[in-house]
Amino acid sequence: MLRALHKYAGLFATVLVLVLALSGTALSVLPAWEKLQAPRTGGPDLTVADLVVRVSNHYPGVEQIRRSPSGRITAYYFENDLAGAVVIDPATGKGLADYEKSQITRWLTSLHRSLLLGDSGRIAAAAGAAAMLLLSISGLFLVARRMGGWRQFFARTRGPVAGRLHVEIGRFSAAGLILAASTALFMALNTFEILPQENTTPDFPSQVSGEIGLSPAFMPALIAIPVTRLRDLSFPYANDPTDVYTISTDHGEGYVDQGTGEMLAWQPLGVWQSLFETIYMLHTGQGAWALGLLLGLMVLGVPVMVVTGVILWWTARRARPKMPRGVVDHKADTIILVGSESGSTWGFAGTLHAALMAQGQKVHTSPMSRFDAKKYAHAKQVIMLVATYGDGTTPASANGFLDKLDTLETPPDAKLAVLGFGDRQFPAYCAYAKLVAEKAAEKGWATVTEFATVNQQSSQEFARWGATLGDALGIDLELEHNPTPPKSHLLTLISRREYGQDVQAPTAILRFALPRSSLVDRLRGKGWKSFEAGDLLGITPQGSTVTRLYSLASGTRDGFVEICVKRHANGLCSGQLTDMNIGDSIAAFIQPNPGFRPAKNKKPVILIGAGTGIGPLAGFARANTQKRPMHLFYGIRHQTSDLFYDNELSKWQGDGHLESVNIACSRARDRAYVQDILRRDAAMIAKLIKEGAQVLVCGGRDMAAGVAGAMDEILAPHDLSPLTLKAQGRYVEDVY
Amino acid sequence: MKSFISTLALAASLTLPSAVVAKNVTLTTEMKNYRGPGAYLVLYVADANDTYMGTVWMAGGKSKYYKHLPNWHRATRGDLAQVAGITGASVGSGRKHELNIELSDALFDAGYKLHIDTSVEDGRDVANDVVIPLTSANMGKSVRGKRYIKSFTLK
Repeated sequence: MLRALHKYAGLFATVLVLVLALSGTALSVLPAWEKLQAPRTGGPDLTVADLVVRVSNHYPGVEQIRRSPSGRITAYYFENDLAGAVVIDPATGKGLADYEKSQITRWLTSLHRSLLLGDSGRIAAAAGAAAMLLLSISGLFLVARRMGGWRQFFARTRGPVAGRLHVEIGRFSAAGLILAASTALFMALNTFEILPQENTTPDFPSQVSGEIGLSPAFMPALIAIPVTRLRDLSFPYANDPTDVYTISTDHGEGYVDQGTGEMLAWQPLGVWQSLFETIYMLHTGQGAWALGLLLGLMVLGVPVMVVTGVILWWTARRARPKMPRGVVDHKADTIILVGSESGSTWGFAGTLHAALMAQGQKVHTSPMSRFDAKKYAHAKQVIMLVATYGDGTTPASANGFLDKLDTLETPPDAKLAVLGFGDRQFPAYCAYAKLVAEKAAEKGWATVTEFATVNQQSSQEFARWGATLGDALGIDLELEHNPTPPKSHLLTLISRREYGQDVQAPTAILRFALPRSSLVDRLRGKGWKSFEAGDLLGITPQGSTVTRLYSLASGTRDGFVEICVKRHANGLCSGQLTDMNIGDSIAAFIQPNPGFRPAKNKKPVILIGAGTGIGPLAGFARANTQKRPMHLFYGIRHQTSDLFYDNELSKWQGDGHLESVNIACSRARDRAYVQDILRRDAAMIAKLIKEGAQVLVCGGRDMAAGVAGAMDEILAPHDLSPLTLKAQGRYVEDVY
Repeated sequence: MKSFISTLALAASLTLPSAVVAKNVTLTTEMKNYRGPGAYLVLYVADANDTYMGTVWMAGGKSKYYKHLPNWHRATRGDLAQVAGITGASVGSGRKHELNIELSDALFDAGYKLHIDTSVEDGRDVANDVVIPLTSANMGKSVRGKRYIKSFTLK
């Protein structure tokens, strides 16, 4: 509801809000500019009487004197049949420059308040302000929801750039936008006389002295008012004894007798009028130039919000799949329920829906918020695909689900499968999905498969879960889902180094140039991401739809993209990669893998790897400019054939990037695997672990198992194990 | 006197009973290029002593700005009943405003004058931008305005 409100108000008002924001920002600098230009006040004690005398000396035909909130004083005079206006130096009464409001200011003002369209434009502009207000308030709530509560309101944002910018600028600008929009609405209501209109002018006195000629210098009413209070003083018509001075100040308005100089009638400012003037000041910054500038700066966020907002909307819209028509819920044997915030989970649901239908199932797919157990009479299974929003919050399409589940007296007969979607970068990984699975279990709802999760929309993990589900259902379920893949960029090979030819394990270290991406792509979160060693490079080889991931051996700061690839006998992707010549290009994208990198501290690091698993470890060593103690344990076949990074390893050891390099050769005379040299150095490893060292393991599954076994032996005497270290994030693996 | 006022009020309301003898007149106001938003104008009739008699036309829709029409506002104290049903849009810079109206014959050649007060946002408020005696001799004549009005023609 909140999201829909935010979305539609935003789309409806895009252009309108943009025009209002840009013109408003331009206008916001005017009060400060005017303040800069305005001459000094001519002393705090200057009275209106003094000012009138000074001005009259230079302009005998003066008819009206105005003081703007910035302190600028303008005199309107009529001489020789010509009307003029001039900015006055209050210290002398001399004219400084002819006064004329600039055309551009006039145009901007008219654009800002009525879109140059008169009263109908004013109504449109007011609608724009209302939309702005709705957007700001609903936006604040959405940010709080995304951040996991009001307390985390200013927490660090994560995710694609467009979303981050939208939230960060929104947080900064919201207060200003709410102020600008609500004051605008108040002013519009006043303009259309919907708010009470007070009489601001006093009744004209029934009796005046009928005398003329008293010098303003001796008029008590004008002497009593300091110029700083003055707004407007209109002079009586020349030689008209029935006329009076009309003066308005920030307190009210009154008439002054030109013969006696006494105040004849006075109308103090009413409550509504005072309120209006305060609101006018808050909106325009006139009389509060600093506020005006701040407001303008905040409003300047609007164009960015509009652009990023439209991008977010469009991206979410594109993520919605077209799925084959299912059946109505009470006829379906499989119910798919989707809890999605931004729409990407619907893509997976679409694939599952189509695959189940292809297997002859009657499928009904709906949002979790429409959960209705009574209607699932024919259902044999209920499958929930559940995303998590922000800090473990309910995603939009699952609103109210848990309450509905809670009110069930008995769980549905159909068996349940819950699959969580999330991103391990977020602390509350799949938290809402877990909660759903737990609550269902509490109700005694029988499951068809165990709770499982999919990290970062991994199609492999999804396919694996699909196979498990298919087994449980007794059908052949192949889920080939390629979530709109991250945008690939062309990488050009700039160097390659060959190893392992003579041990039947041809391998290459491939180095590519960093691609460049356009600003638009970067805003859409589709630009080339910055990366660190340990992140993954996704490559979809020609002739396949499945993406392969390679651990990166370099980071953005190194200025190149490097991976270590072993050519497999029938490997499609590895074949294409290792066949590349210098200058050839291949499409690839970055997939972050923040779990696999050295923790940010100065404690020792133990790097363990074998074969091409050296890639990210070499990257960590290369990036270790702080020279924290890093120890490498590395398994290869033969010292002379497949010691990848041979030159660098000795260099890094020499300059302190690596504290020690320990190599195990499986085809040398003293056959050794990496776990063997770990056991050999058990004492040192145990000591490092006790000092708080972190272990990073990269390589094949078998090697990782061997290493875990060895580490278990090494750590057991110290009441430690890889498992306990894993729980602390001090034992991480990147296994393939 | 009272009858005059009622006659004028009738004249101003544009719905003149056929029994009353009246002139069909066209009042044309041409604005200067004063460069600014639309001007508020009020056309009203005063007697030889400049005593306000009644309003002929108000150009400008928002009553909160009427106080900037100095003489008219002073005389009427902003009484909205004076302009009920005889209000139109404000007149833009350089534009021409034409008003067809029936005015009672009794108003002509009897010392009455037609006054126009004007006001423009951010500009000064002008009393008597135009004053023209309602005489048969002035029919078809143009007069110059003082501030925002370029010319005014009674026909």
